[in-house]
Amino acid sequence: MPKDGGIGASSKRREDVRFLTGNGNYTDDINKRGQAHVFFLRSDVAHGVLKSVDTAAAAAMDGVVQIFTGADFEAIGGMPCGWQVTDKNGEVMQEPKHPVLAHGKVRHVGEPIAAVVADTLAQARDAAEAIVVEIDDLPAVINMKNAVKEGATKVHDDLTSNLCYDWALGAENKDAVDAAFKNAAHVTTLELVNNRLVANPMEPRVALGDYNRSDDQHTLYTTSQNPHVIRLLMGAFVLGIPEHKLRVVAPDVGGGFGTKIFHYQEEAFCTFAAKACNRPVKWTSSRSEAFISDAHGRDHVSKIELALDADNNFTALRTDTYANMGAYLSTFAPSVPTWLHGILMAGNYKTPVIYVNVKAVFTNTVPVDAYRGAGRPEATYQLERLVDKAAHELKVDPIALRRQNFITEFPYATPVAVEYDTGDYVATMDKLEEISDLAGFAARRKASEAKGKLRGFGVNCYIEACGIAPSNLVGQLGARAGLYESATVRVNATGGLVVMTGSHSHGQGHETSFAQVVAEMIGIDENMIEIVHGDTSKVPMGMGTYGSRSIAVGGSAMVRATEKIIAKAKKIASHLLEASESDIELKDGAFSVAGTDKSVAWGDVTLAAYVPHNYPLEDIEPGLEETAFYDPSNFTYPSGAYACEVELDPETGQVTIERFSAADDFGNIINPMIVTGQVHGGLAQGIGQALLENCVYDDEGQLLSASYMDYAMPRASDLPMYDVDHSCQTPCTHNPLGVKGCGEAGAIGSPPSVVNAVLDAMRSGGHDIGHIDMPVSPSRVWAAMQKS
Amino acid sequence: MYNFDVEMPSTVADAVKAMARDEAQPMSGGQTLIPTLKARLAAPSVLVSLTGIDEMKGVCMDDAGRLCIGGATTHARVAAEAAAHYPALASLAARIGDPAVRNRGTIGGSIANNDPSACYPAGALGSGATITTNKREIAADDYFQGMFETALEEGEIVTEVKFPVPTAAHYEKFLQPASRFPLVAAYVAKFGDGVRVAITGASNNGVFRWGEAEAALGANFAADAVAGLAVDATDMISDLHGTAEYRAHLIGVMTKRAVAAIS
Ligand SMILES: Cc1cc2nc3c(=O)[nH]c(=O)nc-3n(C[C@H](O)[C@H](O)[C@H](O)COP(=O)(O)OP(=O)(O)OC[C@H]3O[C@@H](n4cnc5c(N)ncnc54)[C@H](O)[C@@H]3O)c2cc1C
Repeated sequence: MPKDGGIGASSKRREDVRFLTGNGNYTDDINKRGQAHVFFLRSDVAHGVLKSVDTAAAAAMDGVVQIFTGADFEAIGGMPCGWQVTDKNGEVMQEPKHPVLAHGKVRHVGEPIAAVVADTLAQARDAAEAIVVEIDDLPAVINMKNAVKEGATKVHDDLTSNLCYDWALGAENKDAVDAAFKNAAHVTTLELVNNRLVANPMEPRVALGDYNRSDDQHTLYTTSQNPHVIRLLMGAFVLGIPEHKLRVVAPDVGGGFGTKIFHYQEEAFCTFAAKACNRPVKWTSSRSEAFISDAHGRDHVSKIELALDADNNFTALRTDTYANMGAYLSTFAPSVPTWLHGILMAGNYKTPVIYVNVKAVFTNTVPVDAYRGAGRPEATYQLERLVDKAAHELKVDPIALRRQNFITEFPYATPVAVEYDTGDYVATMDKLEEISDLAGFAARRKASEAKGKLRGFGVNCYIEACGIAPSNLVGQLGARAGLYESATVRVNATGGLVVMTGSHSHGQGHETSFAQVVAEMIGIDENMIEIVHGDTSKVPMGMGTYGSRSIAVGGSAMVRATEKIIAKAKKIASHLLEASESDIELKDGAFSVAGTDKSVAWGDVTLAAYVPHNYPLEDIEPGLEETAFYDPSNFTYPSGAYACEVELDPETGQVTIERFSAADDFGNIINPMIVTGQVHGGLAQGIGQALLENCVYDDEGQLLSASYMDYAMPRASDLPMYDVDHSCQTPCTHNPLGVKGCGEAGAIGSPPSVVNAVLDAMRSGGHDIGHIDMPVSPSRVWAAMQKS
Repeated sequence: MYNFDVEMPSTVADAVKAMARDEAQPMSGGQTLIPTLKARLAAPSVLVSLTGIDEMKGVCMDDAGRLCIGGATTHARVAAEAAAHYPALASLAARIGDPAVRNRGTIGGSIANNDPSACYPAGALGSGATITTNKREIAADDYFQGMFETALEEGEIVTEVKFPVPTAAHYEKFLQPASRFPLVAAYVAKFGDGVRVAITGASNNGVFRWGEAEAALGANFAADAVAGLAVDATDMISDLHGTAEYRAHLIGVMTKRAVAAIS
């Protein structure tokens, strides 16, 4: 019987009522009296010396309040980077200055050069056109491998080169890895590109700065996944505003996918300008601006090698990756190709020694940072493409080769710095074979062939590290932040309660699933619980939502705070019931004395806490409000096995996805419907990357895929009905809910199986091409088939 | 967008008068023009809206058996009302863009714009249509003159397009994955006295007739008849979504499939 409430129930998403009826409160819905608008004049060249910015004519135009240029920000801090990577020689990464408005040079198309504040947006835009900018073009640095060659044009003149860092993981194993390759019975090598993506949340970014002269309070309303992080970074590092004078509000946010984690120039600008102009200042990104100013994702070029012994056991793995940072370091950019990528290279396999090398490179492109999965999709894609390639070279079944090399004993310490607590890769693969109807594939292939189509089946496994992350560990790895989470539970006198969580919901459904947890713990109705997030003036200092961390870390903080509430409530109940505290049991919203029929309702206890007439005031304080900060002791490790089945039109190269099956192990599950929805969304993005999406620059640094005319987003018609299963559950051992997180799995796990399936289809038509890069567009498939 | 005046004439005559104003530009569905204005890539001082002109709207058959579509008729209306008379053309209209685009965009706007990847130019050229303006009648073969180039003069308005109805026709298109415009599409129309084949999406010179295929199909109207024909890739569009060679190849495939759909 499915439950109708609490943990494990598919409660309907309560927030959807307001989203679907047009009652959401997004940042752009907020307007302040007297607000002015800012338009950013952005660079249309990728690289050049900024000779002059003449604003005189523009400043005299109708409605203009004030025009700002880089010079106005000289005395102000630049955009900070939140993670410092130490390279393989023990040197810290090269960290360029990142101005709020371009100064001295422009370094990518879209970099803001000037900001015009005017009464209306149209006036601001008109005035921006009257600004005269003189730029001496420099050669654009686009190709990563050229960028790190001797004598290459430098993106940042004050750095020694375009190499941000040359990082390695498993350096202590390097000799062992090389030896294993020398002694290998077989070596499989693969070179591949993980295509650059634009996150494209439905809601573009918005920032509204407000300043109150009477109390010297700044408020920033912004589309952020982590308002406290913005408050800290912007307050302390950019504008010098103490945190108690700065409030950051991130109300309803229409999707983030990582790109709304970071602190952006527009946020700092609006906060700064609100005080400078003494008026609220608002910016709403257009979709065109989003393409050239939101941090992009992925963009790795890798070579990866696998050594196997004569029995097809994996004996060593070696990788060499170039990771594009873009022109500047976005907030968490350095961590993505290193600590969110290298540590996943073991995947689901017991490869004994692994060496990972990553070179991060500056180019004249939009900064690249975390995008759904962040580093883990790049790791999974390399490994799972490589294992598939090895299977075909060795002429063994790709599933059997995977099974043979699975890690089967937990906890398992990988050679790449992490310890998996639980997992059952055999179980998810068994489940996958069942739900994907592998047995029926041959018949389906025949049916496709009868129509003149090729059909392919591709699988992959994945493991990811989420529930980010133990603060002491990430501190050692270079994070300039803690990664705990917080929650305050405020119980009202009449028994309803509010959870103020440091997690942030931008589509994930926290208002529903978080309430389910507390409802289960106390035994009260979900509707008695309100979840509040996204306002630094309301919630305790929290780190926000990314890295599939909300239920694992934020949920754990909420559990800890609720446990404190229950402990105190039991004390009050024991007083009211005149029984020993150790005899008090809480069940279905009532406290009873074990073995008796004496009980007192939840609401009576909460009332007593606030109307303490009959109350143990000598022992405990009145009131019922508790805060907890939870710092995880490890990452969580969701895992699974995915299968994709494609049909390929050999005449046009068109690939259609006929089936997609996902067997995931997310540990315990709070709301199965929400989990299914998260997997669906992730799969759409993963399939989007594999088949459609591609962010491309030309050699001059112009973005060729700068709108939906050229950037192909996945649509419902591109996707099949998914077969999703999450019945394989090995609970996490180190958080109170036993949960692992499910937000990114779909995007991490799906690209390799799509490409594996396409290659399988091509092989069945006699085209054994070894590899094809994403997106697997009709044009690319056709061209590959011409050559083979 | 820059500021502009709007004129809302209700007759072609008034529209022509309004077009005489300085820097006037006609606007129909706005599906191409409004994005251009929003991007500040055009700055007309007067927009002359054609959507209030009843005499430019509607679908009917004339005495010569031609399907006549008013210049300001939306794609959705053509899809619905031409189906009984000229199913292939109705099907072309029904597959343009999405419902919002089809409910606003018009045939006049589409062929005046002559986007190298647009659908209607293939339908008009493939059918041997006649384009009627406020001044004259122009044969499709003379009207489409290259990428975004037409025979229209400054201020000239497309008021009607007249389509001879072939005995059979089919429009086969291969979608560009992002825009969903044709990457390459072929319009094949079989008349009593010959076959016309118009190709859109492929060429740097916009929509064109594929003469070799017309000849081959005229002799033998079968999918196999075009199988051996190769298209020169020299003048084909090459971009993110497909090389010139790929487009040249798709011309053959789309044409073959259009023929197969008919026969
Ligand atoms: C999302 C999207 C998808 C689309 N997909 C497709 C597709 O798959 N296939 C396709 O063919 N098209 C597609 N289009 C384009 C669409 O068909 C447009 O409707 C068409 O290109 C222009 O028609 P309109 O009536 O909107 O013209 P407008 O945008 O109003 O005008 C376009 C141009 O023509 C001029 N003009 C307008 N009417 C006349 C007239 N009667 N006489 C002379 N000049 C005139 C205008 O001055 C302007 O220069 C798409 C558009 C969008 C926005």
